[in-house]
Amino acid sequence: MEYFWIFISAAIINNFTLAYFLGLCPFFGVSKKIDTAFRLGLANIFVMLITSVCAWFLDTYILHYAPYLRLMTYIVVIASTVQFVEMTIKKLSPTLFKALGLFLPLITTNCAILFLALTQTSKGYSFFEGIFYALGAGSGLTLALVLMAGIREEAEISEVPDVLKGAAMSFLIAGILSMAFMGFAGLFSGA
Amino acid sequence: MSNQPGLYEETIKGIWRENPVFVQMLGLCPALAVTNSAINGFAMGAASTFVLVGSSLLVSMFRNLIPKQVRITTFIIIIATFVTVADLSLQAFTPLLHKELGAFIALIVVNCLILGRQEAFASRNRLPYAVGDAAGMAGGFTIALIMVGGIREILGSGSFFGVPLFGDNFEPWVIMILPPGGFLTLGVLLIVFASVKKRSDKRKQVRLES
Repeated sequence: MEYFWIFISAAIINNFTLAYFLGLCPFFGVSKKIDTAFRLGLANIFVMLITSVCAWFLDTYILHYAPYLRLMTYIVVIASTVQFVEMTIKKLSPTLFKALGLFLPLITTNCAILFLALTQTSKGYSFFEGIFYALGAGSGLTLALVLMAGIREEAEISEVPDVLKGAAMSFLIAGILSMAFMGFAGLFSGA
Repeated sequence: MSNQPGLYEETIKGIWRENPVFVQMLGLCPALAVTNSAINGFAMGAASTFVLVGSSLLVSMFRNLIPKQVRITTFIIIIATFVTVADLSLQAFTPLLHKELGAFIALIVVNCLILGRQEAFASRNRLPYAVGDAAGMAGGFTIALIMVGGIREILGSGSFFGVPLFGDNFEPWVIMILPPGGFLTLGVLLIVFASVKKRSDKRKQVRLES
């Protein structure tokens, strides 16, 4: 039950993108097609899982001797994980690799991933709690990306005033989506 | 370097013409996450300024020593060093503010604006230009943060930098200091800028024609 709430809380109530403003660059950059958005979401979930596991081991066995090195260690771990995912995707699906383009290496500088590792440490999550937290956060990110992509696909074919085109409209859509997600706020007050 | 713009030009461009938040759309996460009041925006801007100027200085100084293949990693480690310094100093001097900004100080490491400036400018230019560019960009970033934070604070809590502006009858527009308010404020600001730009473009055109 505990694990279930950690998952729901990270995915919906405290959605990383819409409630914490994390990972906004891909959120606005790659959310033009549902398919690409979904796959970027999956790549994010994978990086988050590996990061969470690595962060837990590093923190439990090494980093409490030198807590001031935490930030640097985490970022290096994330950078190598992303490199690994990049090579895997390039090998398995070159089309997807092309579609994601620059945003794949940019997962390294996706604040959601580093935030995940830091929060997991500061909340003192156990190994399995950390895994569910990562899964939830990743799913939430994917959910937000796909929702946004769906709305933008529709917006593409409707008539929009000139000044609203581009970024401004994306922000307004995101604001309304974020309001909708606020409705989940009372779902569980222990998070 | 004959057609390189002057030092003043490089510094001033980041403030408005190439403003990181409003024009380049970089560093959006902190720009929206911590700007529920003007003072938070200012603190975040100051911390980012320190990190950006410091790392630009170091990167530009060592730009001929850093091997090309590992440059991104090197930049990240330099940035992470400055962020750790900023994080620990804020924690020591202003614990309240540090608590309010939370993990977002640490997240300066992954601010694409900072890494972007190192890659695009500091690693290719001489020291004074790199520092000027960093200062300008950081200034523009801080201005944007204070603007968004100020608007959200005025509408959402009826005060500016903590000073109450309205009488007791003011009913705060709470949604503005909650997450949706951030998206909406920035969206509306962008619309305002876009329409101002459109009008001024048109005015120039009319003048040219007459």
